Amino acid sequence: MATEFNVPDTAAKTAKAASQEFETEKMSLAMGPSHPSTHGVLRLQLELDGETVTHCDPVLGYLHRGDEKIAENMTYNQFVPYTDRLDYLAPLANNAAYAAAVEKLANLEVPARVQAIRVITSEMARVSSHLMGLGAYGIDVGAWSVFLYSFTEREKLYTLFEELTGARFTTSYSRIGGVARDVPEGWTDRVLAFCDQFPPILDEILKLLTRNKIFMDRTVDVGVITAKDAVAYGLSGPNLRGSGVKSDLRKDRPYWGYDQYEFEVPVGSKGDCYDRYLCRGEEMKQSIRIIRQAIAKFPAGDYYAKDAVRIFAPKKDKVLTSMEELINNFMIVTEGPQMPAGEVYFEAENPKGTLGFFIVSKGGGVPWRLKIRGPSFCNLSILPKVCQDELVSDVVSILGSLDFVMGECDR
Amino acid sequence: MSFKTVERKPLSFAERTYVPQILGGLKTTFKKMVKPNETLEYPEARPTIPPGYRGVPTLVKDPNGREKCVSCQLCEFVCPPKAIRIKPGEIPADDPTAHVEKAPQEFDIDMLRCIYCGLCQEVCPEEAIWLQNVFSLSGYTREEMVNNKAKLYELGGTLPDDHYKWDKKKAAEEAGNGGH
Repeated sequence: MATEFNVPDTAAKTAKAASQEFETEKMSLAMGPSHPSTHGVLRLQLELDGETVTHCDPVLGYLHRGDEKIAENMTYNQFVPYTDRLDYLAPLANNAAYAAAVEKLANLEVPARVQAIRVITSEMARVSSHLMGLGAYGIDVGAWSVFLYSFTEREKLYTLFEELTGARFTTSYSRIGGVARDVPEGWTDRVLAFCDQFPPILDEILKLLTRNKIFMDRTVDVGVITAKDAVAYGLSGPNLRGSGVKSDLRKDRPYWGYDQYEFEVPVGSKGDCYDRYLCRGEEMKQSIRIIRQAIAKFPAGDYYAKDAVRIFAPKKDKVLTSMEELINNFMIVTEGPQMPAGEVYFEAENPKGTLGFFIVSKGGGVPWRLKIRGPSFCNLSILPKVCQDELVSDVVSILGSLDFVMGECDR
Repeated sequence: MSFKTVERKPLSFAERTYVPQILGGLKTTFKKMVKPNETLEYPEARPTIPPGYRGVPTLVKDPNGREKCVSCQLCEFVCPPKAIRIKPGEIPADDPTAHVEKAPQEFDIDMLRCIYCGLCQEVCPEEAIWLQNVFSLSGYTREEMVNNKAKLYELGGTLPDDHYKWDKKKAAEEAGNGGH
């Protein structure tokens, strides 16, 4: 009969130690869920041989809230605040992607002004998200001041978000068929003013890292992801492009009129942490370019689709003066925006990668099933492969370069 | 081509000595040192709140002192985290605003649940609930964090009314063109 417990045979161990120079044992290390460098509640179960990682097992789910199930129990518009909490570093981009997915289901064309607003806010969200990623990455590899300067810039963006949406962080700006409110007077000028002062400061921030030997020692040739692996593991966003794969939904399948803007998508050549960092830095500059162009030809018009009857709630002054509109308001709010039955998948190029929404509708105002494809979740799938045979300190560097956010990963 | 490969240059000898980076970093630091502060000494200094800010939800009265809420419970329905609880009540017949018929008897907003999304304000057909500019609140108990009707009106105060919908209705009824 097999013994239930393995009682360590001390005598044999001592004998073995005497026969060898060193007795080595693999060590198991739980990194997280409350480890500052994991950017949230990610736990990595590492198996170490000395300082080298021999096995990495990511444990997810600490932030699971059941967003997909919650969506089945509320109307399409009520779910908008929940999309803020997916990638909470770029809520405006999530809001817009979600609304666009439902609009695709409704076969609804939004006006050019709404599309331009969505492009501007999404690109601003990209800049703010990358600034956060950059600052946090700096701290991860030991460069503190980058964080301070990038957060100062991010704060300016948040002030603009606050003015546009009424909230700094959880914006809830999109509605099915439009946006929650029109752009305030003079807001686009203030965005342009930001675009004017930002690039020199960004250059200054990037200069602290790009040619810094300490930073390069921590990132160059660390965590190399080949183009083949990147595609095979379903990576997206800067993590995919860092490996040299030329793929960007804004170019491949332009939505919201992205094809009318001129911009370049940076791709890496090696696929290491340094390439991913360079791609993010360049992406911010390109985002500023897109914002400038979008504001230059900012279309006039409505901030909601006119033909979105029974989808977009009527304006407040109409609700207060007309009985029909009052009834319509009650119908849209209580029954939800009326959608046809069908299935739809829409994905948008978010700061972290491809955010997709798959909606199954049986008609009416509530989705029957809503599946979210979170880019961070797919990006993390490569961790066991890329952390293999790296040093523990490099795992921190790799995690930072993947720039994930757990809110979207666990949903 | 719309894709471009990011440039990676090997470090020069000078750069490998760390010296240019240290000097460059110090330059940035000293430049920021003489610049005015970006931070705010909260709570002594307060940030400016833009119009349309979504702070703590409040209930408002119209300039005549009538409570605007008619307890239709649409906000209670739409609230995604179910933070609002309303008990509708009748307005007594001898009240000057008796023609409005209904007002909330109880109106509680649980600020521990509220996510400040502003959907209640957006759907309100009476413009009675407003998210105003209070952004910080605290309490010692859970009960304290539930804003009841009195607290909500105290926070909300009076807001201008563009329509005076109910006064118009009353005037129309008195002139004999009432009905729906």
